[in-house]
Amino acid sequence: MKVMAQMAMVMNLDKCIGCHTCSVTCKQAWTNRSGMEYVWFNNVETRPGLGYPRSYENQDEWKGGWIRKADGRITLRAGGRFRKLATIFSNPKMPSLQDYYEPWTYDYDVLLRAPAQKDFPVARPYSIISGKPMNVSWSANWDDDLGGSKEHAVKDEMLKGIEDKVRFEFEQTFMFYLPRICEHCLNPSCAASCPSGAIYKRSEDGIVLVDQERCRGWRMCISGCPYKKVYFNHKTGKAEKCTFCYPRIEVGLPTVCSETCVGRLRYIGLVLYDADQVLEAASVENDKDLYAAQRACFLDPADPAVRKAAREAGIPQDWIRAAQRSPVWKLINTYQVALPLHPEYRTLPMVWYIPPLSPVVDVIRDTGHDAEDAGNLFAAIEALRIPVEYLANLFTAGEVAPVEAVLRKLAAMRSYMRERTLGREPGPAIAEAVGMTEEDLYEMFRLLAIAKYADRYVIPPAHAEQAHALEEIATDCALDYSGGPGMGGSGPVGEGSGALTPVAVENFRMLTQRQTAESLVSGGSKKGRVNLLNWDGTGMPDGLFPDGTSAARDGKAE
Amino acid sequence: MTTFLWVIFPYLCLTSFVVGHYWRYRYDKFGWTTRSSQLHEDRLLRIGSPLFHFGMLGVLAGHIIGLVIPQVWTDAAGLSRHAYHVLALAAGIPAGLAAVAGLLILMYRRRMTGPVFSATTNNDKAMYAVLGAVIVLGIWNTIAGSWLQFGGEYNYRDGVSPYFRSIFTFSPQADLMAVAPLGFQMHAAFAFLLFAIWPFTRLVHVFSAPVGYLTRPYVVYRSRDVRPGAGVGTRAPNPGWERSTH
Repeated sequence: MKVMAQMAMVMNLDKCIGCHTCSVTCKQAWTNRSGMEYVWFNNVETRPGLGYPRSYENQDEWKGGWIRKADGRITLRAGGRFRKLATIFSNPKMPSLQDYYEPWTYDYDVLLRAPAQKDFPVARPYSIISGKPMNVSWSANWDDDLGGSKEHAVKDEMLKGIEDKVRFEFEQTFMFYLPRICEHCLNPSCAASCPSGAIYKRSEDGIVLVDQERCRGWRMCISGCPYKKVYFNHKTGKAEKCTFCYPRIEVGLPTVCSETCVGRLRYIGLVLYDADQVLEAASVENDKDLYAAQRACFLDPADPAVRKAAREAGIPQDWIRAAQRSPVWKLINTYQVALPLHPEYRTLPMVWYIPPLSPVVDVIRDTGHDAEDAGNLFAAIEALRIPVEYLANLFTAGEVAPVEAVLRKLAAMRSYMRERTLGREPGPAIAEAVGMTEEDLYEMFRLLAIAKYADRYVIPPAHAEQAHALEEIATDCALDYSGGPGMGGSGPVGEGSGALTPVAVENFRMLTQRQTAESLVSGGSKKGRVNLLNWDGTGMPDGLFPDGTSAARDGKAE
Repeated sequence: MTTFLWVIFPYLCLTSFVVGHYWRYRYDKFGWTTRSSQLHEDRLLRIGSPLFHFGMLGVLAGHIIGLVIPQVWTDAAGLSRHAYHVLALAAGIPAGLAAVAGLLILMYRRRMTGPVFSATTNNDKAMYAVLGAVIVLGIWNTIAGSWLQFGGEYNYRDGVSPYFRSIFTFSPQADLMAVAPLGFQMHAAFAFLLFAIWPFTRLVHVFSAPVGYLTRPYVVYRSRDVRPGAGVGTRAPNPGWERSTH
């Protein structure tokens, strides 16, 4: 047994309102740099829908993740090492920018400089890539809230085989939101695809990162990741991906997407797992067994034998205690209501989801029955507007039973709490019907519905004796690094060259640059344009207000 | 002039090549990349890039055989000069043409695809000019010089090759180059220039050919805390900020 700790996340989809706050704050924190305009480390998809990038789940096309060979071993779906090197001069399965979307901005200057006139002035969209006017025809969430679903959502890969159960008529349709970040897999196929060995899994907390000094831009990770959560920075020529906000996690803070989540639906905590079992679990024969196999890798932090092995593996005592209190561990194992996203990719993902239940209550209420009665709820789950088969295609490789079990637990919790709230004696029957105790149901309710900050995020900080190494609280002065403070821009050998800069310094510098930038696209010349999204309110950038010495004003003075 | 062109200039260029790479690797690992533009354009790249790169690998192999292996060795192995010549042309011309065709496709793509052109730096343009000159002169020498034998027969294995080897024994025989045909002289001069600018262009990616991928385990684990030889942290400390060992 080789015990390792993994920082993991669970998202409760019932509470997601699709506001995209997580996406926006993540973008402001991590990907508002040039070269990354099209990148969303965190994105929120409306399901059914195509997702971002378009139809990324169609692995017959993209060849992401692992596949089990006839001899029982797993290999990368896009081909092993030799195949990778033979195709290194042009990646055969790399998504084009059009599969994500062509990023754009608006020529706000037209609005600012428009004279008084009869018609409203119009700011036209400009491509950030080419700098030319463009027609916006796709984006990271173009089919948000089922927009254009007759055209787009019907092509959802997860609807294959259950088309007859899904309706896209307005009154009968269904949807829910699926926020996605990097899965920080136990068996990451991006890392396995990287010819340079630049992508690594941190042995302390399992966060998967790209070493920017080792990445050589071969782009194999981008096609290797089945979730398409590694992106190519077209300015620096390097791969970038969700970092699980490691500078925050290291000091015990939740990720930016979690911290700013309006619905408070994200949970972060440690999971202990047996690294020796990972390959075996990823290689089980039947796709539908992968959910169970991955759970079998996880170790119970309450088990004394596990605690002993963890200590021997060098996991600090406070981390083991944090693993015991981990909400992720509780949701995955104790209550068993969280499911992995696409276990059939065999990467053993570590961002899990509680499938949504809500619409079922509305359906029953509409039929005139008591919508929160446990019996009615259980009976209705099979008739959900969100077909259980659809959820199963997302979370259990098509196996319906685990999804049904989760939904029954959520329904039972709802029913049980309603009885208590109304002052009735619920009795143990409801809990027993889903194989839980009343205490468990109540605790689960506390965790899911009350969801206190301290319960949602149990993040042991990295150790003080390691503090020198931490990015955010480094004992070095943040500006003291080779190249000197505030030295943004291009190095001597082209854009993006030069020594690597700490994340915090880079963000600070980039914001300063953007605030004062005068160009629409780097190299363009749109003097006086202001990007309000990147203006933090300090100072007065050129062009924020019309020129005080303009001809119009002069004219008035005369 | 001969001394400058075939002794001083080559050594300057090769010094730039060696020292430049050391400097770039030491101080600019972040800029060390292929700077791929596949995200912007895929269709032409899928044809042009493998053509060019595999062609260049063939050309490289040909140069190693032609320049490094002395003629007396192949003679001793029983390979007649005529047979060698035929073999070299039969392998060299297809490889060279593939590289040229690939280069033409890539250059067309770079100029005509808007986003790719706007991602092209001046550095790239200068590098393309020198690289293109070297390749075109090289294929000219092969076809016009060695095959069609314009301007008389010239056996580069009696002239250019010994000169090339003499550079590395630090006894450069500049006279050998001085009497070589102009095409070979220009090819060599531009090649030295290419070596000089090499470390400062995207060509550095040649030296990151990921052969280690074949032997390393699929998933790399790395500790945040301790990495042998690199001090503390997930990346090496910046120069001057290494941990004190006391």
